[in-house]
Amino acid sequence: MAVLTEEQTLIKDQATAWAKDKAPVSSFRALRDSKSEQAFLPETWSAMVDMGWSGILVPEQYGGSDLGYLTCGLILEQLGRQLTASPLFSSSLVGASALMLAGNTAQQEALLPSIVNGSALVTLALDESSRHQPEQTACRAEQTGDGFCISGKKTFVAEGMSATHYLVAARTSENPGDAQGISLFIVPAQAEGIERTALPTIDSRDYAKLSFTDVRVEGTAVLGSLDDGMPVLEKVLDRARIGIAAEMLGTASQAFDMTLDYLKTREQFGKVIGSFQALGHRAAALFSLQEQSRSCVEAALQAVDAEADNVSELASLAKCQVGKFLFEMSNELIQIHGGIGMTDEFDAGLYLKRARVLEASFGNRAYHRHRYANLMGF
Amino acid sequence: MTEDFKISVGDWVADNLPKGLVGAHISMYGVVSGDQEVKDAFELWRQRLAAQGWGAPTWPREYGGAGLTDAQAKVVSRAITKAGSTNPIPYLAGMGVTMVGPTLLEYGTPEQKARHLPGMASGEVRWCLGLSEPNAGSDLASLNTSAELDEETWVLNGQKTWTSGADKSQWCGALVRTDRSAAKRNGISFLMLEMDQPGIETRPISLIAGESPFCETFFTNAQARKDDLLGQMNDGWSVIKRLLQHERQSQTNAPAPSTTAEPLQDVAKRYLGTSADGTLTDSDMRSRLADHLMDTAAHELTIARIMTDARGGNVEVSATASILKNSATDVAQGRSELLLEIMGSQGLGWEPGEYSGEETHTVREWLGGKAMSIYGGSYEVQKNIISKNILGLPETTQKG
Ligand SMILES: Cc1cc2nc3c(=O)[nH]c(=O)nc-3n(C[C@H](O)[C@H](O)[C@H](O)COP(=O)(O)OP(=O)(O)OC[C@H]3O[C@@H](n4cnc5c(N)ncnc54)[C@H](O)[C@@H]3O)c2cc1C
Ligand SMILES: Cc1cc2nc3c(=O)[nH]c(=O)nc-3n(C[C@H](O)[C@H](O)[C@H](O)COP(=O)(O)OP(=O)(O)OC[C@H]3O[C@@H](n4cnc5c(N)ncnc54)[C@H](O)[C@@H]3O)c2cc1C
Repeated sequence: MAVLTEEQTLIKDQATAWAKDKAPVSSFRALRDSKSEQAFLPETWSAMVDMGWSGILVPEQYGGSDLGYLTCGLILEQLGRQLTASPLFSSSLVGASALMLAGNTAQQEALLPSIVNGSALVTLALDESSRHQPEQTACRAEQTGDGFCISGKKTFVAEGMSATHYLVAARTSENPGDAQGISLFIVPAQAEGIERTALPTIDSRDYAKLSFTDVRVEGTAVLGSLDDGMPVLEKVLDRARIGIAAEMLGTASQAFDMTLDYLKTREQFGKVIGSFQALGHRAAALFSLQEQSRSCVEAALQAVDAEADNVSELASLAKCQVGKFLFEMSNELIQIHGGIGMTDEFDAGLYLKRARVLEASFGNRAYHRHRYANLMGF
Repeated sequence: MTEDFKISVGDWVADNLPKGLVGAHISMYGVVSGDQEVKDAFELWRQRLAAQGWGAPTWPREYGGAGLTDAQAKVVSRAITKAGSTNPIPYLAGMGVTMVGPTLLEYGTPEQKARHLPGMASGEVRWCLGLSEPNAGSDLASLNTSAELDEETWVLNGQKTWTSGADKSQWCGALVRTDRSAAKRNGISFLMLEMDQPGIETRPISLIAGESPFCETFFTNAQARKDDLLGQMNDGWSVIKRLLQHERQSQTNAPAPSTTAEPLQDVAKRYLGTSADGTLTDSDMRSRLADHLMDTAAHELTIARIMTDARGGNVEVSATASILKNSATDVAQGRSELLLEIMGSQGLGWEPGEYSGEETHTVREWLGGKAMSIYGGSYEVQKNIISKNILGLPETTQKG
């Protein structure tokens, strides 16, 4: 654990207790079983807003507390532990980061206060295929008069069904594969021409497929610079990758604790199974992955706060290392629980399913290995 | 720590590092590669460092150190590395500066400290450690070499093995049984004795890397002074536990003694070639290389996190630190395997000539590096320690 300020410690403790008490995995399970259209509980979200979490990254002038990414990561980690469903990550981290990094004053004034008070849910609509490939963006925005007309498809949009606004990456010039020619647009979810379809993902969260048919937006909808949206998009994505890595660290750490607990209580062959060296050594290896992942995630969160120049490297590093830990851990969670691990009644399956969705979000390990190599110049 | 300190250290190194020493190599066992001129330069460098107390910079001045803080000592070692050189003293002192010395500082009497520490700190007295025996490896507490007190003298009998540098050392720290009736760990003591005596015979053992850095060591009525018992009689187990902690620490902190300061990816580019866009043509190697570099970064960030946390008084530090011996091993051995593979058939040479010095050195280092997962608590023993002491899982093996 990083050395925290008094305020950070307070928030971390508050988040830990609140998530365990008010938004535990059992309430996520209940929501899933209710087959409700809702992907998160409104009371969960309004409690988060009341605690100030939705504005943790936002400057005070817009009603936020500007406490930084490390603090935000501490909360996301605790939510990851309990699989707490909420738009906190999508809107208050990704959406808010995009507006803070690329938005002009009018755009910030229009949206940041609503992100903070929870009335706006602003999410990124980027991926178009089954892969995270920002540069392959094909969705087009044609200039028409002083506005734009957007056509194309987006998929795997987090909080896509509940969002009030999409931040859409669309091509204003060049062709799929070019980093140049991509622009970002703020598009209200209710805009005419948008069709959204819920994706029934394994983790029972809110993901949507979007189809844009001649969706008209004004010139003022452009977020950041026209045609040259990629650099700032990468910055937003880096913050997203680091934030999601914090959530993944929590999910995997909880799986580790559940497994360790089982190793100490389940008896077979007249002994607790944790006394079998084959299992003890795996636990040791997983512990090592956990500690190394934590080092990477914390370093990455701190680097964003410090505006360090190696944020991109650390983002890929954190996503990759914690990805490896979560992958191994979610599999061992099932395996070490034996037959119990296979039952839906036990939580292991919920963690495994969420793990794979998190892995695919904002670039999987293969993507980030490749990117890391690029960043290191080979 | 002041910026002035950094500057004055940097200046001192610039003024005192003998010319012709930059880039010269000293092996883990204190052997200088090069001609007489290089050897003389290293000796001059040793004398100058010793006079500064920089052989063991954190030790008190009265024992040959410089009384520096850990942070200051790091400044010194960084300045030396930055100047392209090595501090030869820790290597020349064998197990002295890194292991026996720090333990002596904690457990030794003032007389013992005054007698033994200055020789280590100056690099003039080399120490070896006689712990392992043919039947006591990971299970060190089952050791059999005995010592009995005969008035003013301990008399030792038995055999040690894998004693690094035994044939080149002047002194030995030996773990011996002093009470056969007590439980395994309770009848052990730690003695210090001179190697140059009729009761000791050493036989070098050749290793797969081609060196003979260690020996079988035979004690036949070998003698140690009564007052060279370190710590209490029959309490050698606490002494050795502390000493092994120092060993682990020195292993995880020490930069790998590598000739190629060149980043791994640059070596790969040289051997494997790049496409027009600068990426490695061998995409499989590229991917594994990225993986390795990320594992390395994760290990280094963990060390950094532990250091910051320790300064902040965080108690979870020791749990995290327990992973470092194995992660350091993974990184070092992984790096060697990749280097060898990158060099292809050029990475398979035993003698220089048809192969460059860099290539044969890589081969030797790869072979020598296999020991990292064996000594200092093997890879498996480290996992036992983590699962039992850190995670609280029940004992997986018999007491050992
Ligand atoms: C889909 C499914 C269908 C099944 N169908 C049937 C069926 O039709 N009839 C039936 O009778 N049973 C059935 N089973 C039960 C199955 O045989 C048991 O799940 C299996 O024997 C493992 O026992 P366990 O689940 O109690 O796990 P445990 O034995 O408690 O094992 C837990 C963990 O400890 C490990 N472990 C246990 N002992 C040791 C050891 N000595 N050393 C190292 N590791 C150890 C295991 O490998 C596992 O990872 C089924 C199970 C499943 C999942
Ligand atoms: C380069 C080098 C330098 C050395 N220098 C010194 C020195 O200066 N002084 C000195 O005293 N010794 C020295 N040693 C010896 C070293 O401390 C021992 O090799 C080490 O303690 C392991 O003992 P062993 O070789 O007898 O292997 P063993 O203990 O016999 O181990 C054999 C295998 O069994 C595994 N194993 C053992 N116990 C367990 C367990 N409980 N659970 C799971 N797996 C287990 C080990 O991990 C290993 O893979 C050196 C060794 C090397 C390689």
